[in-house]
Amino acid sequence: MRNLPPLTPMALIGLAGVAAFIVLAAFAPWLAPHPVSEVVGGVWDVPSADALLGTDNIGRDLFSRLVWGARVTFTIAALATAIAFLIGVSLGFYAAVRRGWVDQVLSRLNDLMMAIPTLIFALVVLAVLPKNMVVLVLVMATLEATRVFRVSRAIAADLVGLDYVEVARLRGESWRWIMVREILPNALSPLLAELGLRFAFAILFLSTLSFLGLGVQPPIADWGSLVKENKDGLLFGVFAALIPGAAIAVLVICVNLVVDWMLQKTTSLKGARRNG
Amino acid sequence: MGGPPLADGIDTDIRAISPLPVQKAGGGSVWLLLVKRLLLGLLLLWAVSLVIFAGTQILPGDVATSMLGQQATPEAVASIRKELGLEQPAPVRYVKWLGAAIGGDFGRSYSNRQDIAKSIAPRLKNTLLLAAMAAVIAVPLAILLGILSVLYNGTWIDRTIGLVTLSAISLPEFFAGYLLIAYFSVAHFWLPSSATVSDAMPIGQRLVVMLLPCLTLVLAVLGHMMRMTRAALLNVMASPYIETALLKGLPWWRIVWKHALPNALSPIVNVVALNLAYLIVGVVVVEVIFVYPGMGQYLVDHVAKRDVPVVQAAGLVFAAVYILLNILADMVSVLTNPRLRHSR
Amino acid sequence: MADILLKVTDLEVKASDATIVDKVSFDLEKGRVLGLIGESGAGKSTIGLASLGHNRAGLQITGGRAELNGRDILQLSPRDTRDLRGVSVTYVAQSAAAAFNPAHRLIDQVIEATLWHKLMSRAKAIQRAKELFGLLGLPNPENFGDRYPHQASGGQLQRAMTAMALCPHPELIVFDEPTTALDVTTQIEVLAAIKHAIARTGTSALYISHDLAVVAQIADEILVLRNGRMVERGSVDDIFNSPQEDYTRRLVSMRQTEKQAGAETHDNLLSIVGIEAGYTPGVSVLQDVSLDLGRGETLAVVGESGSGKSTLARVVTGLLPASAGHLRFEGKGLPSELAARTPETLRNIQIINQIPDLALNPRQTVEAILSRPLAFYFGLKGSELKRRVAGLLDQIELPRTLNDRYPAELSGGQKQRICIARALAADPKLIICDEPTSALDPLVAEGILDLLMRLQKDIGTSYLFITHDLAIVRAIADTVAVMLDGKVVRYGRKAEVLAPPFDPYTGKLIASVPEMRPGWLDEVIARRTLPLING
Repeated sequence: MRNLPPLTPMALIGLAGVAAFIVLAAFAPWLAPHPVSEVVGGVWDVPSADALLGTDNIGRDLFSRLVWGARVTFTIAALATAIAFLIGVSLGFYAAVRRGWVDQVLSRLNDLMMAIPTLIFALVVLAVLPKNMVVLVLVMATLEATRVFRVSRAIAADLVGLDYVEVARLRGESWRWIMVREILPNALSPLLAELGLRFAFAILFLSTLSFLGLGVQPPIADWGSLVKENKDGLLFGVFAALIPGAAIAVLVICVNLVVDWMLQKTTSLKGARRNG
Repeated sequence: MGGPPLADGIDTDIRAISPLPVQKAGGGSVWLLLVKRLLLGLLLLWAVSLVIFAGTQILPGDVATSMLGQQATPEAVASIRKELGLEQPAPVRYVKWLGAAIGGDFGRSYSNRQDIAKSIAPRLKNTLLLAAMAAVIAVPLAILLGILSVLYNGTWIDRTIGLVTLSAISLPEFFAGYLLIAYFSVAHFWLPSSATVSDAMPIGQRLVVMLLPCLTLVLAVLGHMMRMTRAALLNVMASPYIETALLKGLPWWRIVWKHALPNALSPIVNVVALNLAYLIVGVVVVEVIFVYPGMGQYLVDHVAKRDVPVVQAAGLVFAAVYILLNILADMVSVLTNPRLRHSR
Repeated sequence: MADILLKVTDLEVKASDATIVDKVSFDLEKGRVLGLIGESGAGKSTIGLASLGHNRAGLQITGGRAELNGRDILQLSPRDTRDLRGVSVTYVAQSAAAAFNPAHRLIDQVIEATLWHKLMSRAKAIQRAKELFGLLGLPNPENFGDRYPHQASGGQLQRAMTAMALCPHPELIVFDEPTTALDVTTQIEVLAAIKHAIARTGTSALYISHDLAVVAQIADEILVLRNGRMVERGSVDDIFNSPQEDYTRRLVSMRQTEKQAGAETHDNLLSIVGIEAGYTPGVSVLQDVSLDLGRGETLAVVGESGSGKSTLARVVTGLLPASAGHLRFEGKGLPSELAARTPETLRNIQIINQIPDLALNPRQTVEAILSRPLAFYFGLKGSELKRRVAGLLDQIELPRTLNDRYPAELSGGQKQRICIARALAADPKLIICDEPTSALDPLVAEGILDLLMRLQKDIGTSYLFITHDLAIVRAIADTVAVMLDGKVVRYGRKAEVLAPPFDPYTGKLIASVPEMRPGWLDEVIARRTLPLING
């Protein structure tokens, strides 16, 4: 991106955190000292050289599970966000470019989807859908797509009103050209910031679902599942559940720091009113 | 330019999650506008009931099978299909369901045979109480912090508030909740870690028990609300009439108080409305953490049991509360908008 | 020396990467009006705000003094600065519609500074505000202040803002382009009201404008600025009768060109017949508009905001389908809907927009912008394409080295030339020019008009030219249509349309255009041929 603002210390911290998370997710098999479900000690053992963060509720190495969990969290959140953007941006741009009834139908349907809080919507459909990863990703992607649709339609609608898009329409260009060549390049920087926001939201959403027992199902575990598995220890003074919780918090803070930095120079895209 | 760094981004975010489309007011009186908004909201509520019904009934696979699991005997499936009236076509079932729901009858739970409406009533009361308690603390606090950070825009106060609220946004509700439990209940035994309230409990004790869930909920919504308030105010502060006020020789606090706030009121009400969504999501998670007998826990329990009638009913109640609060906020926002209040 | 009110010495204002005001010095005697004139980026508004001890975000006053009655206002404490603003120095902004707070009644805003600084009692202040409303010719001065800003028109708000500035009996008022956002028939009324009010109250003023003809009516002295530097300073008569600098001379002699209209042709390229159109169903912005444009000629459509002239342009382009009437192009029917037009028709009708910044995709290079129509319409590729792009740049008198620049790296005039080249690339028969010069500085605008006229002579393109500026009509038109409220009120060859006898509106329009000479406004007021309207 040509026009990102200069790096700030906060942005640097955020970028470093996100990079560390991606490394953790990508190199989990090499970084984790133990297989994900190997029992290495007693229940909720204190940290030792073998189990850096202690053991979990059935004696597995918590650090290893954290590293493997990063992989699960990253994969699902990234897939859901990517699909959400694919659907949301193309439909949002399409609605803004075609206008008229196409826009009306798509926008009203989207309003309807957004009139139900995300978590409630997810709970309702997860009550009847099979519990597997594909369903989870698709449900998350659908719900995120509604938010992406709203934002990208708004960005594109601002751009469609600009004279250079009108000139392209007058030239007789197809709506595909207008979407891809006239609008997309000018919508990239706000969309990039939105991508960060949605990714942060996907991580939170996924861990919340897993925490409620409706997300990732055992034996696979993401960070939210780790909290759920270890939460009962809390009352016995075992803080194992707080470690994956803190990991989620740190990751989301880092993503948000990056987004804040990117938003600092989002150009305003308001068109001027014509007279006459 | 030196414009507000966050205003633009949050602004798109505000648009992104606005539940009701905010329309430009045309001519006509404010009352006409209010009635129009009300009718639109009711229409939306009806459409949402359709979505919730469809979401649980017309999805791939058979509801009965999914409720019983793959190993169910054909006889069991047939009996549950009959009980749920699944042999009737979906539109007929929808009309029956909605008609009964409007009359306050949600049918019986599949898993424990209890009357759903009777189970919901006390739980809804508990949930609303918890949410209201959190809102009473969070809304004024968020607005105050938002105003403070605008008053001290760019100073260390602003930056500190910004960083703290950014962290608050980033904490998952369950992490915040367990942190509070770890400190207040486990390390210090100051407050109970579970909030199993009952009607028999005296009000004082009840409030103490509810303190931790309430605090968790406040943390969940405070950050969003404060940041959006700040963005809305900064947006107003960039208006030319603020420069006019500055060039009248007015002090900064009077400019914010007299010239920015009256115009920011309407967007701030919108901000509060938008955060109702976070409040509702937050309340579900918080109830599970603290074993608080409310709608959220009820819903989550029955989702796990695949108890479709309960999920439909609870989902509809949550959506209805959310939409009704939004209509209310929308109307307040119209009433606080000076351009709409004084027509031409 | 005793009666010098404001003395600015070596004022210097910098942005992070550029000098906005570069060592500007001037002084202003009590009771006099100094006009600051210059194009955009001349630093005139920045100087005006510095006189109130204010600088906009991103700018910094880095040097010099601004002494008001001998006291340097740039060195005051924040508290003393506040006591200066709204008391000794007040401000009138360019757009009063935006500068008034929508949440409060006008009267409360007009007297706010006066009350806050405890200059008068509330009753006295209200009394004075009402007197000022009357002095400025506002309707119903007793009750005018009860309105909210959105309940008054642009011209009324501009006068109310002047009343707000006058209310505390200031020594100096800074007028920052107070009539620029107004229509020409409204501008003359506001101008007359301001002139009358400052003369009556004996207040000194800094009057900032980009329009020399406007400043000449109101100022005693003029300071010409360019790129943050002083070009020339003198009395109004000196500036007009014996300008010293070449730049000033060019400013004074502007708007003198006139196209000699040829004989009337009967070879119509475009016919507009009985067109009605609007944005909401049932509401027609255009009513029964019928016009003809001859081949190789220019039809100028002139009118004020809301007259429907831009709507007419949109109908011809096909962006806004007409609800009644029809269009003919080259003797054949021209479909009203864009989607129904053939590629050949689309190629033949091109457009040049008002704001070149919005008309060029910021993510495409000059070469990409100019190549697309050539590739799209003619299928040009490779070296042939490059040759044509270079040829187009030659045609619009820009160096070929601009090829790989992005629009942000071009000046306003260069951008508009690229827009012209993009239209030419299609080799069209008709170019719709929608106020193509109104967003440009005057001298740059002249260059664009000259270019358009030369191109018409060379390649015989026809122009449908939308404008609000009668001087431009004189310079470019063969045929003229005057529009008001969606109707054509006067239409014909230029010589007939711009000569008496006039219909009332055209007469008023022509009489309202400021003439480039001092004393014009005084003559108009003396004659008072215009009824004082509440614009």
